[in-house]
Amino acid sequence: MDYQFNWSVLWSGQTGAWLFQGLITTLHLSALAWLLALSLGILSGALRTMPILPLRWMASAYVEFFRNVPLLVWMFFWYFGLPPLFPQGLQDWLFEHGAEFWAGVFALGVYHGARFSEVIRSGIQSIPKTQFEAALSTGLTVLQAYRLIIVPIALRLIVPPATNETLNLLKNSSVALTIGVAELTFQTRQIETYTAKAFEALAAGTIIYLGLCLGIARLMARVERRVAIPGLIAQGGTSAL
Amino acid sequence: MDFQVIINNFHFLILQGFFGVGAFAGGTLRLALPAIIFGFILGTCIGLARLAHSQWINLPALIYIEFFRGVPLVMVIFWFWFIIPVLVGKSLPEYSVALTAFVIFEAAYLAEIVRAGIQSVPRGQVEAATATGLTRFHMMRQVILPQALRNMIPALVTQFIVLLKDTSLASIIGYVDLTKAAQIVNNREIRPFELYLFIACVYWLCSYAMSRYARSLEYRLSQRTA
Repeated sequence: MDYQFNWSVLWSGQTGAWLFQGLITTLHLSALAWLLALSLGILSGALRTMPILPLRWMASAYVEFFRNVPLLVWMFFWYFGLPPLFPQGLQDWLFEHGAEFWAGVFALGVYHGARFSEVIRSGIQSIPKTQFEAALSTGLTVLQAYRLIIVPIALRLIVPPATNETLNLLKNSSVALTIGVAELTFQTRQIETYTAKAFEALAAGTIIYLGLCLGIARLMARVERRVAIPGLIAQGGTSAL
Repeated sequence: MDFQVIINNFHFLILQGFFGVGAFAGGTLRLALPAIIFGFILGTCIGLARLAHSQWINLPALIYIEFFRGVPLVMVIFWFWFIIPVLVGKSLPEYSVALTAFVIFEAAYLAEIVRAGIQSVPRGQVEAATATGLTRFHMMRQVILPQALRNMIPALVTQFIVLLKDTSLASIIGYVDLTKAAQIVNNREIRPFELYLFIACVYWLCSYAMSRYARSLEYRLSQRTA
C-alpha cells in the first residue's frame, strides 16, 4: 500500500467550510423532511386504525406504495420525472429556486412518512382498546378521541422505534447527492475530487455521520425517559444506537 | 405522456436491468441474491460473536454492528469504491465493489437478526442440550441454530426487501441495475416520468409480493408456536 496520508487537507483551504456547509445542508434537509414525514406518518398512521374503511384504504395505499419503492427512485421521480409535466413558467421558477433541495425534501419526507406511519400504527394498536372506548363514552367524538387521547399516548410509546426511523432518515438524506443536493456526502466527494485524498475525506464524513447518529440517539434516550408513561413501559430500554 | 418508450425498451430494462442478462455485467437480482447469501453467512458469524461470553470476541462484533448501522450506505459504497483500488493496487469492476460493500454493510443488520433469532430460542432448550452432554458447538449447530433460523425467516425476508431496494444505490458508482438501466434509456429518450414511474412499479411489485409472503410466514409461525 503506497498511500500518503495528509490529514491537513481537511482544514486547509476551503475544505473545512465545505464540510461545514455539507453538515448544515444535511441537517436542514433532514429536519424539513422529518417534519413532513412525521406529519404524514401521524396522519396516515392514525387513519389506518380508524373505524372508517375508505380512509383506511387510502392510508394503506399510500404506505404500501411509497414504502416498497427505493428512495433513490423517488428522488429521480420527484426531481426528473415530475417537473416536465408542469407548465414551462413554473418549471423555470422551480429550477431557479433550488428545485433539487425541495425534491429531496419531498422524496425523503414522503418515503419516510410511509415508514413512520407503520411505527405510529403499531403504537396506536398497542394501546388497549378500552382507552378509545372510554374516550368515546366521555362524549368525545372519534376525531377528538384521536387528537386528545390516542395520538398523544401513542407518541409517548413509540419513542424508541421513532428514534430508529429518525436516524434512518438522517442517513438516507445522503441519497440526495444523486440529484445534486450539496449535503455532507456530496461535499465529501467534492473534497475527494479536489484534493485526491479519498481516505481523509471519507473518514471526515463518516465521523460526522457517526457523531450525529450517536448524538441523536443519546438525546432521544433522554426524551424517552422524560415522556415514558409510568408503569406502562420498561424504562431506559434503548441501546446506544 | 407516452408509454410507448417502456414497450420499446422493455427488453433492456427488465432483462439487462433487473435480471442482468445482456451486454453489461449488471442486474438488480444478480447483485441482491449473492449479497443476501454472503451477507447472511458473515452476519451469522458476527451475530454469534456478539453473543460470545469473551469480551475480546463480542466487543469487536458490537463495534462492527454499531459502526455500519451508524453510517449511510452511500458512504460505505464510496468507501469501497475508493479504498479497494488503493488496497488491491488496481481498480475492480463495479460489480465486485458493489457486492463487497453490500455484503459487509448488510452483515451488520443481519447479525442483529441472527442475534434476536438465537435469543428467541427458549432457555430450556439450552439447558436440555447441555444436560444431554452436547458440546457448545454441537448444541449451537444441532439444537439452537435450526430453531433460531425458523424464527428468523420473516425478518430475513423483510431484510431482503430492504436490500433489494438498496441495490438501486449501486447505480451511483455506475453499476447497471434497474435504476441505472432506466437512466441510460432516459438519456436517449428523455422520458423521465414514464421511465421512473415504470421502474417504481417493478420495484413495488417485487417488494410488495415479498412483504405479503413475509407476513403469511409470520402468521404461520405464530400458529405453530401457539
